[in-house]
Amino acid sequence: MYKILKVEQLNPVVLLMVVEAKRVAKSCLPGQFIIVKLDEKGERVPLTICDYDREAGTVTIVFQPVGASTQKFAKLQAGDYFMDFVGPLGRPSDLCEESIEELKKKKILFVAGGVGTAPVYPQVKWLHEHGVEADVIVGAKTKDLVILEKEMEAVAGNLYITTDDGSYGRHGMVTKVIDDLVAEGKVYDHCVAIGPMIMMKFCCLTTKKHGIPTIVSMNPVMVDGTGMCGACRLTVGNEIKFACVDGPEFDGHLVNFDEAMKRSQMYKTAEGRAVLKQKEGDTHHGGCGNCGGDE
Amino acid sequence: MAAGLERVVVREQAPLVRAANFEEVCLGYNKEEAMAEAARCLNCKKAQCMVGCPVAIDIPTFVKQVADGDFEAAYQTIVASSSLPAVCGRVCPQEKQCEGKCVRGKKGDAVSIGKLERFVADWARENGIKPKKPETTNGKKVAVIGSGPAGLSCAGDLAKWGYDVTIFEALHEAGGVLTYGIPEFRLPKDAVVKPEVENIKSLGVKLETDVIIGKSVTIDELMEEEGFEAVFIGSGAGLPMFMGIPGENANGVYSANEYLTRSNLMKARLSDYDTPMPESKKCVVVGGGNVAMDAARTALRLGAETHIVYRRGEEELPARAEEVHHAKEEGIIFDLLTNPVEILTDENGWVKGIRCVRMELGEPDASGRRRPVVIEGSEFEIEADAVIMALGTSPNPLIASTTAGLEVNKRRCIVAEAENGQTSKAGVFAGGDAVTGAATVILAMEAGRAGAKGIHEYLSNK
Repeated sequence: MYKILKVEQLNPVVLLMVVEAKRVAKSCLPGQFIIVKLDEKGERVPLTICDYDREAGTVTIVFQPVGASTQKFAKLQAGDYFMDFVGPLGRPSDLCEESIEELKKKKILFVAGGVGTAPVYPQVKWLHEHGVEADVIVGAKTKDLVILEKEMEAVAGNLYITTDDGSYGRHGMVTKVIDDLVAEGKVYDHCVAIGPMIMMKFCCLTTKKHGIPTIVSMNPVMVDGTGMCGACRLTVGNEIKFACVDGPEFDGHLVNFDEAMKRSQMYKTAEGRAVLKQKEGDTHHGGCGNCGGDE
Repeated sequence: MAAGLERVVVREQAPLVRAANFEEVCLGYNKEEAMAEAARCLNCKKAQCMVGCPVAIDIPTFVKQVADGDFEAAYQTIVASSSLPAVCGRVCPQEKQCEGKCVRGKKGDAVSIGKLERFVADWARENGIKPKKPETTNGKKVAVIGSGPAGLSCAGDLAKWGYDVTIFEALHEAGGVLTYGIPEFRLPKDAVVKPEVENIKSLGVKLETDVIIGKSVTIDELMEEEGFEAVFIGSGAGLPMFMGIPGENANGVYSANEYLTRSNLMKARLSDYDTPMPESKKCVVVGGGNVAMDAARTALRLGAETHIVYRRGEEELPARAEEVHHAKEEGIIFDLLTNPVEILTDENGWVKGIRCVRMELGEPDASGRRRPVVIEGSEFEIEADAVIMALGTSPNPLIASTTAGLEVNKRRCIVAEAENGQTSKAGVFAGGDAVTGAATVILAMEAGRAGAKGIHEYLSNK
């Protein structure tokens, strides 16, 4: 059993939880994820790691309750327990494996979309702690949905916030900010984009245009998360890759997003998609995998 | 036929009844049936059945004890050699092992050793008989990675010899393939697998679930920081293979591992569990092994018309004879000498069929089986809304890639000595599918026992 030490509502739709999980906290690195299971009958739900405290033995997860399982998680309070919390899964970000000298020479841009801000944060923080400053674009539909702004500000080089409706920061989607920054004369030689599949797809089209190599973090359907089931398989270049063991980070310019988006709707019923669309309202971003989001 | 030539027929659920439920197919012997069947044993002086058993159970002795009605003694005879008798009685390929060597089988039916083993194990469980916890321990800590048949049997032996054993399991439940792979109708989880795991724990073995060795903690850390003096790797062969044909990433194409894990481990087939189960009206399973049979019979029970597509012929089917027989009885359609070349999809990316070619058998290949050759111009299509790939599995590279000095071969299998499990790294032993590639439960158990022996020798001489 894994104790929930803290629950915080980051915005009207996103929750943060700090969970006691000593083995995970001791060994995890930015870019990796965990699988959490509520109770005996629960699903194994993969969630990216947002932060960790090796001393305290805790791991921070951030999620938006959408499916049946995450909606159950949302009812939990500090002091409650998850039955299972396993990880870290997947490979750490490549950035963690490069020499600090090399990283310092690089101009790195992070692009975070919505809840994708959560997995971007530990990477930027890790770089900051190693003396590397990276620029960060955070995009959200509207002002209320921006998360982790203060935390990100503390570790980012330049932080650019943008909202689709212009209610906060810049006005427009993250792809527009990338275009604007490049037009303003900014030069980047490495980009990490994490967010909804549709956002990552269009980020990659944009960075490809500007010739900026781009890493994305994929979050497909998974069961075990250890390489056993193959549910999370993706086409990257001409190869089949398993997001759980080969990823979750891949070269975004090689990922077949259209196939990945189709696969992500595999277990979503027509009814479930309708509920999701109604629930998310204006924030609906294609998480149902069906409608293509904003496009 | 003369008396004694035929075995006592075991009771089973009727095919059409069981095709719609997940209850166990085989109902097993009762006392009278078991004693009558055991009485058929000729008690050969040179018992060939024992030669055929990978863990060398003293078969003539336990069968005699059953014939005499002393079932507790029979149980103690079996558990002296096997940690999982209720499992092996159900899933061993007996026709290739003990029963295949039985002298009775030369003229008539072999003694039904597997069913007798199952009877004894079930009787012991129903009567609360458990293996005994050792009175003294030696305090030496051993880590066992994986709680499948190799890990459980290794842990069981080491605990009996007084070691302080901890099993680390990556999933949330113990049992490995016994839990996630083999279906309920062949190996009941609550009635058989869980009690067998509890028996191992009753020997003093500790179990830590949700620990992925190589990620949560490495072997080197277990040995250097957590005080484990030896490690046994029984992590299995969990990575599914795919064919590499067009359309294989379509929605509705699953590995058998995914399909069976959802149904067995996650219990997705039950409506009060949260994990979704693929729905299918017409399902094609590709492959001819036990896993293919398990996937097909699961899909059938969930309401699909189910085909097995296999590129060789009936004689070459690698599955246990009983599984093929049961699958046929239940109404699985066998498309033999047939090989898929493409998965056909609709405009939304969902499976709508599978294009196949007919095959004929040519010369024997490296495996000794006749090589299937494509018949030109024989392409045809089978309609399907789900395709399950049961093509075999390979070992997960995770442990090897995170353990310095652990040698693997070209097939990514860990290199280990057969007789004691010794790997290229001091104090580290391995066995089961992680070493051999996908094989059987009983061979993994044999390797687990060999590894326990190797660890015992290593730590005794240290």
